[in-house]
Amino acid sequence: MLKLEKRPQPSRLWTWVTPLLAVVITMVAGGALFAALGKDPVEAIATIFWQPLFGEFAFYYRPQLLIKGAPLILIAIGLSLGFRAGIWNIGAEGQYIVGALTGAGVGLAFYPTESVLIFPLMVLAGALGGWVWAMIPAVLKLRFGTNEILVSLMLVYVAEQLLAAMALGPMKNPEGMGFPGSRNLRQYESAHNAELITGTGMHWGVVAAFIAVIFAYVLLTRHSLGYHIRLTGQAPRAARFAGVRPARLVLVCLGTAGALAGLAGMFEVSGPAGQVSIDFNVGYGFTAIIVAFLGRLHPLGILLAGLLMALTYIGGEIAQSNMGLPAAAIQLFQGMLLFFLLAVDVLTNYRIRFMSREAV
Amino acid sequence: MTTPLLSISGLTKAYPGVVANDAVSFDIMEGEVHALLGENGAGKSTLVKMIYGLVKPDSGAMSLHGAPYAPPDPHAARKAGVAMVFQHFSLFEAMSVAENVALGMEEPPRLRDLATRIREVSETYGLPLDPGRIVGDLSAGERQRVEIIRCLLQDPRLLIMDEPTSVLTPQEVEILFQTLRKLSGEGVAILYISHKLEEIRSLCDQATILRQGRNVGTCLPRETSAREMAETMVGSSFAAPERAPRAPGAVALDITGLSVASPSAFGTALKDIHLTVQSGEILGLGGVAGNGQDELLAALSGEILSEAHAIRLNGTPIGRLGPTARRRMGLLAAPEERLGHAAAPDMSLTENAYLTGAQREGLTARGFIRWTAARAFARTIIERFDVRTPGPDVAARALSGGNLQKFVIGREVLQRPEVLVVNQPTWGVDAAAAAAIRQALLDLAANGAAILCISQDLDELMEISDRFGALNEGRLSEIRPAQDLNVEEIGLMMGGAHGMEVAHV
Amino acid sequence: MDMGSISPELLLASLMVAATPILLAALGELVVERAGVLNLGVEGMMITGAICGFAVAVNSGSPAFGFAAAAGGGAVLALLFALLTQVALANQVASGLALTLFGLGLSSLLGQGYVGIKPPPVAKLDIPLLGDIPFLGRVLFSHDLMVYLGLALVALIWWMLKYSRAGLILRAVGENHDAAHALGYKVVRIRVAAILFGGACAGLGGAYISLIRVPQWTEGMTAGAGWIALALVVFASWKAGRVLLGAWLFGGVTVLQLNLQAASVQFPLSTFGWMFFGAPLIYLIRRKLQRSRVSWRAITAVTAISATGLGYALVMRGALAPFKVEYLSMSPYLITILVLVIMAGDKSRAPASLGRIFHASQ
Repeated sequence: MLKLEKRPQPSRLWTWVTPLLAVVITMVAGGALFAALGKDPVEAIATIFWQPLFGEFAFYYRPQLLIKGAPLILIAIGLSLGFRAGIWNIGAEGQYIVGALTGAGVGLAFYPTESVLIFPLMVLAGALGGWVWAMIPAVLKLRFGTNEILVSLMLVYVAEQLLAAMALGPMKNPEGMGFPGSRNLRQYESAHNAELITGTGMHWGVVAAFIAVIFAYVLLTRHSLGYHIRLTGQAPRAARFAGVRPARLVLVCLGTAGALAGLAGMFEVSGPAGQVSIDFNVGYGFTAIIVAFLGRLHPLGILLAGLLMALTYIGGEIAQSNMGLPAAAIQLFQGMLLFFLLAVDVLTNYRIRFMSREAV
Repeated sequence: MTTPLLSISGLTKAYPGVVANDAVSFDIMEGEVHALLGENGAGKSTLVKMIYGLVKPDSGAMSLHGAPYAPPDPHAARKAGVAMVFQHFSLFEAMSVAENVALGMEEPPRLRDLATRIREVSETYGLPLDPGRIVGDLSAGERQRVEIIRCLLQDPRLLIMDEPTSVLTPQEVEILFQTLRKLSGEGVAILYISHKLEEIRSLCDQATILRQGRNVGTCLPRETSAREMAETMVGSSFAAPERAPRAPGAVALDITGLSVASPSAFGTALKDIHLTVQSGEILGLGGVAGNGQDELLAALSGEILSEAHAIRLNGTPIGRLGPTARRRMGLLAAPEERLGHAAAPDMSLTENAYLTGAQREGLTARGFIRWTAARAFARTIIERFDVRTPGPDVAARALSGGNLQKFVIGREVLQRPEVLVVNQPTWGVDAAAAAAIRQALLDLAANGAAILCISQDLDELMEISDRFGALNEGRLSEIRPAQDLNVEEIGLMMGGAHGMEVAHV
Repeated sequence: MDMGSISPELLLASLMVAATPILLAALGELVVERAGVLNLGVEGMMITGAICGFAVAVNSGSPAFGFAAAAGGGAVLALLFALLTQVALANQVASGLALTLFGLGLSSLLGQGYVGIKPPPVAKLDIPLLGDIPFLGRVLFSHDLMVYLGLALVALIWWMLKYSRAGLILRAVGENHDAAHALGYKVVRIRVAAILFGGACAGLGGAYISLIRVPQWTEGMTAGAGWIALALVVFASWKAGRVLLGAWLFGGVTVLQLNLQAASVQFPLSTFGWMFFGAPLIYLIRRKLQRSRVSWRAITAVTAISATGLGYALVMRGALAPFKVEYLSMSPYLITILVLVIMAGDKSRAPASLGRIFHASQ
């Protein structure tokens, strides 16, 4: 008979071991899943985790790691601040879309003028767009007491419709021969978020992600605002006693998350994606939730988790083309990761004891 | 010799790090009022939880009416005739009295019939109660009646009462005792848990004293002095707090016409509170739990805002200022709930020192936290207040109640407050820690601070305060010098018997 | 607005159908939340139910087996949630999100071979006599069994929570799990049972979408219905009767917007202007009725907005534009937000232990 016993304080060791343990368990369970689908489990796992880094075409895939990882990290950093404070913004996907729309909108508005000011303006507009979209649940929560989880999520669906409306309407490429989707920003130099060093995948979004990681790290470990965020999440009553204004925290956390998600969307639309199209968003906003938890809501952890999750995206694509592994299997694989993580997390705060039957 | 109603022999229960009960044995006879006496953490609660089937002993045995008794859960205990009134009530605030009673019964009748029976029993025992009311709207004393009636409806043979008088006024205590005596006259055995010695001397036939989980002696309370019992309970004698002569100075805290709503759904609103505290003085505020104590502390700490002029600190209106600004001006507070309010359970002592020390100890520089300084501050608190802990990196929840409370009080005292507000400063704390905390408050006042001490422990208030007032349903009684008061008067200030009557039959 | 092409009879009948999936899911979640557990994984359980039901119905040819499998599928997924939150004591919000992400992945994997297939048809109950009543017969008495099952469940849950001992204990656990434990009730067991029930209901709701309402399988076809069901529980103040009301409201909005899309109704642009004209005035009147003071700045702002709105309305008088499909499709989500805003003040009815972790330490 198993029994849980609360530890006097959270175990430091397990805090860092549990994510690794979760990854290992997910690999095993994922292998079983792939075997059930009739694929060789060892080959599938190797394809996902090994090929992109050290395989034959690694020179092509390694840059992808940064390209796919950057938006995940950028969004997850923003989400982690809120999650730490007990403010659940799960609508990052919507903020990502709106940031892309406003960012691209500014760029398209200036077409075909060339100026070095256009890209910075787009960056601002992207951040602002995501921020505004995140302010809706924030303001409604403060003004009316609505649940930010539901409102931010509903706004994802609204943003998706908005994206479709834009791709088919105002932002449609007038020279696109009727195809949906905007002009390609990669062919518009002033608005193009180009690779900074050719062949590395390094673009402005990657730079922003790294800055965000450092910024969040300093904030959480050294700054009083970071302390207040942690305090509010762990003991809301103690936070009010300490003088934290909860309303301000809601605005800061949701606002930061929205702005970062908007930035991620803007960098994506002006770089790797290139245009506003109906299927522009691929779920980074939701995967970032997994990244945030897998990284233990810690900036450095998120950096690693973001790269790992990017790896599963790229490896998943390889496995899809080489082995015919369905795309949904990868999605399920990522979902499992969060599941196992939450399950083994119990070890951080509790000790498991084996007890004889009669004593229980 | 008759068989005892309940016989306990060699009950042992260990938790990681502590042996809560170590081979405890004693008997309870039919119709006997048996006291279970001991300090906080002596193992009283664990013992009664084993009798009530909530916790299973590691070893040892119990027998009821001579037959082996080992209840697997509270349902079995209730079926066997064991009933329990909990200290922290086992009630459901959003539900009606009748529903609450039904939940504590094995085979409750239909709600309508139950309501009738509740009325009957409550009248018989002088515990008036309306079965249709929502429990959240009841006072602490009324809530206890719900628990008692829930027990009485099942014709118990053994009634366990865990610290029942902590929520009653002296008048209510007297009436409760008459009810209990009547029950014991009917043959019901009562296991009465308390650390209030005078109560036990007036009520109980037998007493078993626990210390650190062991039965360290039994006595006949009527023939034993309170001092002897206290020494057996604590294991040593220690000095009572010393009261240095104090000369009250100017008014430091001035509350005029303070009225605020409670932030919680079933809280108590404060209604037109007037009081002043002079520097160098301790004002004690008594009252039964849930009569506005939490709200008053929150209104003073700045968690609840009020009209600016309702609260003045050294003449400056501060009603609209938040906790940070008030701290800077010298008004500090220590709330009742240690874990989650006064301290963050999962954070280290260093981080908890920063929690309220940020402003006055200069632990922040341009928004950045000076961790080295915060750590040093935590160390100082640990040393000066004798907090038993491996060091400042330990999480707050790892500390025992007494040690954490010393840390919380020490954190505020060491910041040299001009006015300090404390709520239940020694609640759930062992006697040695309680004495240390009271001494710290007395010393602080002697050094010229104004102290407002809210407490439900009347002995404590009489020991340290200069003047005394009581909160009752969010209103404050007249404030009077503490020395001239007797128990009767204090009880009336707290609201008297609140409509409770002596048992009718 | 030209509404002539939409028949009210048909509208109400399809409202009943459109309301059923969220009704079933919301009823399940209501029971779960009344037990003090917040399961945000409704969307994941619904979509899993949708594909389980669809696959089994297609393979067995029997919709009844399909619905049974959907309930089972939803419950299995809920069991994962129960293990995480009740045994491993994980955070309920995070676990619910995990459940949704997992369910979406699982369903699209399971659904690989089922895209573009038609499921076996579900027979409508032909209730003699009642079905022939003009208007009402069509609206109320010409549906499939699941619609009536949903309605029966409303009554059953209402009765159970209000009058039965099981309901009393369930509420007690949700209200104060420590007290319930002290009285000897098995908090974890009761909660696990409630979570499984919630999963089964969500599964049924999902299968209703894939087997009856659409009926076919597409990835992510629940499209937020699970989240709307969650909002519905808040809207209903945790009361079964009001869940029904809310489900009809959402059903109505969904059906109306679909009809507007199909009918390509023209939309008078002046409506926006009238909205901007009216809203500030309503705000002002409300403030006046509440006897709160309104600053001159606010009055100026209100007048300015109203005047602009009025001007726009007058200029655009007579101008028509077709409803854009995308904007219409937003409406259920916007209505959900609106409803949350209106109802959010009434949190007092929320079970007091909702979302809190229970661990019987000593």
